This record gives sequence, structure tokens and C-alpha cells, in this order.
Amino acid sequence: MATMSTQPQTSATRFLATCAVTAALFILACKAIIDAPQEVTMGFVQKIFYFHVPCAWLLMLSTLVCAGGSVSYLFGGSERGDRVATCASELGVLFGLCVLVSGPLWAKAAWGVYWQWEARLTSSLLLWLMLVAYVLARRYGGSSARQLAAALALFAAIDIPLVYFSVRFFRSIHPNNTVVATLVPGMRGAFWLSLLAFTFLWTVLFSARLSAENAHSRLIDLEMLIDQAEEKKS
Amino acid sequence: MTSENPPRAQRALRVAKVSKNFGRQRALIDVSLEFSPAAVTAIVGPNGAGKTTLLGILSTLVRPTSGEIRLGDDALDRAARHRIGHVGHEPGIYPDLSARQNLGLFAALYALTDPGARVASMLERVGLSDVRGDLPARAFSRGMLQRLALARALLHEPEILLFDEPSSALDPTGARWLGEELVRERESGRLVILVTHDLDAAAQVASHIVVIRRGRVALDRQQAQGFAAHEVRGLYEEALRDR
Amino acid sequence: MTASFWRYTLLVAWKDLRIEGKSREVLYTMGFSASLVILIFSFALANATDPAQGPITAAGVLWAATLFTGTVALARVLDRERENESIRSLLLSPAPRAAIYAGKLIATALLMILVECVLAVLVGVLFATGVFDHVLWLALVLALGTLGFASAGVVFSAALLRSRSREALLGALLFPIVIPVLLAASRATACLFDPLAPDLEPVAFWTRFLLATDVIYISLGLWVFEPVVTGE
Repeated sequence: MATMSTQPQTSATRFLATCAVTAALFILACKAIIDAPQEVTMGFVQKIFYFHVPCAWLLMLSTLVCAGGSVSYLFGGSERGDRVATCASELGVLFGLCVLVSGPLWAKAAWGVYWQWEARLTSSLLLWLMLVAYVLARRYGGSSARQLAAALALFAAIDIPLVYFSVRFFRSIHPNNTVVATLVPGMRGAFWLSLLAFTFLWTVLFSARLSAENAHSRLIDLEMLIDQAEEKKS
Repeated sequence: MTSENPPRAQRALRVAKVSKNFGRQRALIDVSLEFSPAAVTAIVGPNGAGKTTLLGILSTLVRPTSGEIRLGDDALDRAARHRIGHVGHEPGIYPDLSARQNLGLFAALYALTDPGARVASMLERVGLSDVRGDLPARAFSRGMLQRLALARALLHEPEILLFDEPSSALDPTGARWLGEELVRERESGRLVILVTHDLDAAAQVASHIVVIRRGRVALDRQQAQGFAAHEVRGLYEEALRDR
Repeated sequence: MTASFWRYTLLVAWKDLRIEGKSREVLYTMGFSASLVILIFSFALANATDPAQGPITAAGVLWAATLFTGTVALARVLDRERENESIRSLLLSPAPRAAIYAGKLIATALLMILVECVLAVLVGVLFATGVFDHVLWLALVLALGTLGFASAGVVFSAALLRSRSREALLGALLFPIVIPVLLAASRATACLFDPLAPDLEPVAFWTRFLLATDVIYISLGLWVFEPVVTGE
């Protein structure tokens, strides 16, 4: 049974500190992005890269965390793992949506079309659809919703290497993974700062969401304790 | 009718502080019981009390949230499944297959030696040996289906027999036949656990009455000489009375 | 996997195939529905008669029809276990859960492949493609594609056994996962249907992709089937 947090003030302080660091990182990242040189062919439009790539990274991170939580729930019976998986899936849907909106906006400017059925775009879309399916499964899957969703998460995790390595194995119009290593210094700094800021944002959102789930679980435990006490009295 | 060989081991089944939660719902709370071999235990209680959940745990299909179940000195886990026979509301057979084909399938699943003879013996035991060989179980009456279900449950000579409201939807003749079979299994040394709403049926066959109320054991009474119907009703009402 | 595992697998598969043999429900309903889907596509797709588009369209229609109606096969093979609660008897038996999964996978895949053979001929006739040009390759692609679909499908059908929204959810959950299989299978099939294709190198590539996907999906299915079918 989950216990009440014995140090609510410490965790609140930690959370606020993380929010402050995240905000600071975003301010620094924005400045770095504005100061970063413009890409020769795409010009200003290229700067969507500093938003798009971190969101893609967070889509994959969310899926990985969701899969990890699902394994510990399915095979270890860990309720915490199940809560972690739920929270990660929702963030995956959110950041996946950001990727699927920012990508086509950039594609229109760079390739002249919003969408192409090439390996990376297709596999990213599939990954996002699987996370949406996860959320649907949890909501409507009935008595075995959690097991169903957990199994789904494991199948979704298989798509991660497909998303990442797709540009290497398939001829693709999408920029490949070596782009980051070949960035000029001004761009490289802005990119890593942006990636760090988004990762902190993910951490903030994840811990807030997980906190809510943990609190809900504690509430259920308390309700059970109350029921038990009332039965003993009667 | 062929005589039944009693199961080799006669061990008690012990349930120690078993609880089961389904999310926020506490289906079973700290249930501790002991079931004796060569006896019928009737588990009774209102709807939603947790009887079927307890039976699910005893069948090893449902994992308890906490607590332990032992058959003799051994833990009752998936390895002990072949020691358990289960008859539920539904007969647990394949309606498109005939009685013989159903039992043949389960004989193969339990890797029985001489499955043909065993199937024939079981069909005779439950009074289905005269049924047309290729008739699918879908065409059977409710009573015939429950006979087939009992044959399926006994096929592998289980040590423990679990019945979950087996006489619901049976006519009086069928219910009476089932009661006789329960007594017969008790006398052959099997450990029989019967979940039922029918207090009179419980009184007829059981020497051990357990009342489950809101997930807890409200009453646990054994009497070697058995119970009269009015005794069972009295115990039940007392167990459910708010103190 | 031991001899005992395979014995249980074949027992479960044989049981399902025997039941299907008596009613032929899956064969007829899936076959008829898929044929209708193919007809609908052939009416709806204006470029179907264009020789250059024929093979690609034919392959896409074949696999789309198979996937849409394959959920019928999946649902029935698992739903049969719900009738009379026979799933409980099966789970109570000594059969390993992984063997139950493998048995159902084999039965479902075999039933689907039988229907697909007929659908391939129908597609060949309607879209004037070379269905019989590379029969062995086509058989291999059909088998691998179907296995990939069924390997995930059996897991989710089993997980949805106790759910009220079974019919609504199965497609929604399964299709995103099997799209890579659909992609690979339809690409390979399109090349096989194309009389003007210079060589079968794309077929070999996509077949290897299907094989890798199948190995991964089946391994995952064997691993997760037990916790999802036993539930809480």
C-alpha cells in the first residue's frame, strides 16, 4: 500500500526548482536559437529544427519509459510501473503531436509537400498512433485494459529503432541522424540547449502527472482503509 | 458403473490471509480457511461477497494480492493445476465438438495414459455413453452439458474439485443428480468445495459451511455429522446480521 | 521449446482447425467479406485499369482486404473460447500459455492463408495482374505477412476477451501495429504481380523485412500472452 509522502515540502521545493531550471533553460535556448546562424538553403524556416527534433526525441523517450513501466507491471505486478506507463504514454501522444505538426510545416517549406510516405515519417506516425491506441485501450479496454495497454506498449517499443534507423536503411528525403554531428558551432549549441530544455520540460510534466496518479492511488488506499475501519466498527 | 479410484494423496488445503483487490475494490480481505479432504465445503454468501473470486484463486487462475495457499506442504500454484478440477456456471467445453471429442481433447491436454478407455469410463460414469457419438455438445440440454462438465473435471483424477454454482439453470432432477455426485466424490476421498446460493443444497452435502460477507469470512463451521437445512439457514442469517 | 511444448501447440491448433472444419464459419464469412471489400476497392479506384498502376493497386487491395477482414478470423478463433467458458478449462490444463498462443497463431494464420489464396486469384482476375507468375514467392509472402498480422492479433484478441468494446477496439489497437507488415507485404506482392519488374530483388528485401518482423512479433507474443490472457 502506498504511504503518505513524509516530506511534501521537500518534493514541492524540488519540483519548483526543476520548473525554474526549465524556464531558465528555455530562455537561454530561445536566445541561442535567435542568435544561431541561418541555414543556407532554408533560411529562417530551418529553426523549426530546434523544436521538431527535441519533440521527436521525447516521443521516443516517452515510448521507452511507457514500455519499461509496462514490463514491470505485466511481469512484476508493479502498480507503480503501470502508473509510470500511463503518464509516459500521454506525454508521448502530446510530443508526438508536436512532431507531426511541426514536421509537415517544415516539410512544406523544405520539400514543397506537407507529407511524404517515406520511412521516418511513416514510422513516426505509426509510433504516435500506437500511443493513441494505448490511451484508448486504457480507457475502453474493460477489465483487462491495463494488461492490454501494456502489451501494446511493448509492440510500440519495437517501432523505436525503426523510427531512429529508418533514415539509415531506407532511401529517404528526410535528413539523416548525422545532421546533428555536422552542425556548425552556433547551431550545435542552440540545438543541445533546446534538447536539454525540452527534456527538462518533459521531466516537469512527467513528475506532475505521476504525482497526480500517485495521489489518486493514495486516495483509493485511504478510502479502503476507511471502509475497513467502518466495517470493524460495525 | 465403474468404481472410482480415490486420489492417492489426501491433503488439506490451507488458505492463509488471502486478500484480493481489483483496483479500488477489495474483493477478499484476509481470508484464512482450511479445507479437509474427503469432505464437501459449501461456501455461501450474498451476491458480490467474494465467493467466485475465492474460487478463482483456489483454481490458481486468479493471483491473490497477498496471502498464501498450500495443498499439504506444497504451494498451490500453476504446477498444481493438474490436481484441480473445476465446474462453473458454464460447462467449459467446446460446443462444436461431440462429448467424446471434448473429453478426448482434455485427455490429451492432461496427457492421460489410455485416453480412449478413460473417456469411455467417464461418459459411462456421467450417463452420457448412450448419446450419439457425433452429436455436437451444442445440441445437448443444460443437464447433459453439466454432466459433460463433470466428466471433464473428473477426467484427470483431480485431488480438488471446485464447483461454482453448478446447479444454477439446472432443473430439479439435474440438481438432485449433482448433489448425489458431490456426495459420491466426497466418499471417494476428494476435497470438494462448492460455491452456492442454495442453502438447502449446501445442507444436503456439506460438512463444512463457510459464509463470506463483503470479502471476509463471517462464519466457518465444521460438523462431522453434517447440517440440517434449518441449521444452515440459521447460521447464514446470524453471519449476515449486522452486529 | 520442448517436444511437450510443440505437442500442446499442435493440440490447440488442431482443436481450432477441427472446430472450424465443422462450421467453416471463418472461411466463409472472412472469404465473403474480403471478396466484397476487393470489389468495393475495384469500383472505387479509378486507376485500377491503368496497366502501370495495376500491380500496385492489386497488391494494396489484396492486403487491405485481408487485414480488414482478418479481424473476423481473429475474433472468432478467440471468441469460441468465451462460449461456455472453455477458455477457463484450457487455462486450467497443464498446457503452457505460450503453447496456447502458438497453437492459436498457427490455426488463425492457416485459416487466413486459405482465404488469401482465393482472394489472390480474385485480385488477379479483377486487376489483370500476373498472380501465377511467381507462385512460390507469393505463397511465402502471403505466409509471412499473415503470420505477422496474426502474431499481434492473437495477443490483442485474447486481451479483449473480457472487454465489452471488443469489436470496436480490436481494429483500432491492432492496425497501427500491423501497418509495417502491410507495407512490406504489399510492396513485395506488387513486385510479384508486375510482369514488367526487372528482377525480384525488392521481393527478397521485403521478405527479409517480413521475416524479421515476424520473429520479433512472435517472440513478443510468446512473452506477453500469459499476463494478458490471465488478466488480474
